[in-house]
Amino acid sequence: MAQLLFRDALNQAMSEEMERDSRVYLLGEEVAQYDGAYKVSQGMLARFGEKRVIDTPIAELGFVAVAVGSALAGLRPIIEVMTYNFAILSLDAIINTAAKAHQMTAGQLSCPIVLRGATGAGGALAAQHSQSLESQYTHIPGLICVSPSTPADAKGLLKSAIRDPNPVIFFEHEALYSAKGEVPDGEHLVPIGKGDIKREGSDVTIIAWSRQMKQLIEHADAWSEELGLDIELVDPRTLRPLDMDLILASVKKTGRVVIVEEGFQFNHVGAEIAYRIQRDGFDLLDAPVERVTNIDVPMPYSPALEKLVLPNADRIKAAIRAVCYK
Amino acid sequence: MKQTSQLGSYAHKFPRGRAAELPKETLLKMYRDMVEQRRFEEATGRAYGLGKIMGFCHLYIGQEAISVGAAAALRPSDVMMSAYRIHAQAMARGVPAQAIMDELFGKATGCVQGLGGSMHIFDIAKGFWGGWGLVGQQVPTAAGVAFAQKYQSTGDVTMVFFGDGAVHQGAIHETFNLASVWGLPIVFVVENNQYGMGTALSRVSSLEPLHEMADAYKIRHYEFNGMDLLESYDAFADAVDYAREHSRPVYLEARCSRFRGHSMSDPGKYRTKEQLEEEKAHDPIPGFAAFLVDCGVTTHEALEALDETVKAEMKLILERAEAAPWPDAELISKYVLVSP
Ligand SMILES: Cc1ncc(C[n+]2csc(CCOP(=O)(O)OP(=O)(O)O)c2C)c(N)n1
Ligand SMILES: [Mg+2]
Repeated sequence: MAQLLFRDALNQAMSEEMERDSRVYLLGEEVAQYDGAYKVSQGMLARFGEKRVIDTPIAELGFVAVAVGSALAGLRPIIEVMTYNFAILSLDAIINTAAKAHQMTAGQLSCPIVLRGATGAGGALAAQHSQSLESQYTHIPGLICVSPSTPADAKGLLKSAIRDPNPVIFFEHEALYSAKGEVPDGEHLVPIGKGDIKREGSDVTIIAWSRQMKQLIEHADAWSEELGLDIELVDPRTLRPLDMDLILASVKKTGRVVIVEEGFQFNHVGAEIAYRIQRDGFDLLDAPVERVTNIDVPMPYSPALEKLVLPNADRIKAAIRAVCYK
Repeated sequence: MKQTSQLGSYAHKFPRGRAAELPKETLLKMYRDMVEQRRFEEATGRAYGLGKIMGFCHLYIGQEAISVGAAAALRPSDVMMSAYRIHAQAMARGVPAQAIMDELFGKATGCVQGLGGSMHIFDIAKGFWGGWGLVGQQVPTAAGVAFAQKYQSTGDVTMVFFGDGAVHQGAIHETFNLASVWGLPIVFVVENNQYGMGTALSRVSSLEPLHEMADAYKIRHYEFNGMDLLESYDAFADAVDYAREHSRPVYLEARCSRFRGHSMSDPGKYRTKEQLEEEKAHDPIPGFAAFLVDCGVTTHEALEALDETVKAEMKLILERAEAAPWPDAELISKYVLVSP
């Protein structure tokens, strides 16, 4: 096992898959000469050359759509979008082309792209640069959505995403790039659509992913003790399709669920998870499912306000108490 | 008055000499504005280093001749709109430096009460319409403002700034066409500092020189030396008058350089030291100072004293920003929707 930064785990995943498959190439703003805005593609230009590591102009709709076209024609682009706030400009190519091509051609075409980049609130970046827009994509049939919380999952899932024949939307929390964690040596693949229990517990299930899961892993021992409740942490890792078997197995054990997610509350991923739990596991529940999300507002800049808007320890603990009637 | 362009020359097709009509007091005021912007940005950089300012923060150092020349050509009721490298542009438009610094500190007394920060400075009453963080997004939006100006026959114009990195966004090309077809009173300004983040323009563009793309849209266009205040003023004065008089778009390319990294987190390794030194040799501030002294408008001593005064003001501005109150929690939800 090696200790790796999240960004280096992503780099390994891309580099290994590029070694393995000559159809895989990387493009995006600043990915080549600048080594990536978040230094994820460090050294890849030197290693793979300009043909396969390509700097684009700032033209999200254009270069994403071109990459999508190249995927229809048999290539396997990894598209770095810097952040998902900017990928909004490319949604036509993703929603109207990538997600539709296979079905509209009755299987004659497929679109094996990976769209990847930063999501979430990186710290005082204000309303336009702090969004978690996962549900823009999880809403769309034809897309696979992935959001790892650890370097090991990041590497294993990105490798699987690159090999997947479908369009995969890969979310990397901006505050995770410098997070460190153990990553298995050698070929390491994490299957898409499979969640993971990050901590076993018996009293309450907390479902979270990405940065929120990382923070929960750090706090779960202390909070279990403090609250006198044994917390189980369930990381779905893939947001669509959801690993409902894993989630329901945990609910069966605890009967109580809190979903913690960054993003606007209305219509976000946790709403769908909560719906599925009550639909398929109503008899397993001892309390209504709680959600802890951002306060449902555009993110204010002032650090004094941002910390109130994001899910925080006080609100998460209150939700745990609420579902446990404590 | 003697007109010099010792800071390098570029081809220009606009009528020269408008700046020659400016009174002495205006020239001195324009000089002071540039110095204030420079010292403000230096103070901002220091406060950022101390963690007082957070998030993304882009300094305007090197480009002051553009903001000052532009603002001098506008009427108070005109609209100026821009991207995120905007502290100095807002100052040029008359937004109080204190309100901008307070905003950078995230304080309740900031020009948008701490909601915006560095990238989202707005003061609509002053004709400064921000403050937009997605590359290129302000350009169609500004055309919409120009559309409203024309629709309501206000006689005002809109001026919109964007970077060389923005010119490849499809929305800008769509907007050029709309502005031309609809005859909108808008001045498009590309501040060509040759880099979009770490990417040199020439590596990703087929458009150079940038202003010539306007030919395709039958839009009047020219470039000017954005490191020279007088050229800058000449270019803007002509463009604004033309847009107002004819209700037509104009496209200006301001050739310039930024002396710092793209943002506070960019070490700027894509530029050699020598290259940067060469760019700094065209610094608009000493260039204009020499011009003012040459013409007998002022003396070196007076300009040095002015610089000291401005530095002291900036120190005070930092202290006041530090002491200003944080916003109340209720602000979080106050402006999500217009209240009834
Ligand atoms: C749509 C979009 N894509 C990418 C970014 C990230 N980004 C911020 S500034 C920038 C470079 C812009 O360069 P330029 O337009 O030349 O302006 P300058 O910074 O030189 O003033 C990039 C890529 C963004 N903010 N918005
Ligand atoms: Mg630029």
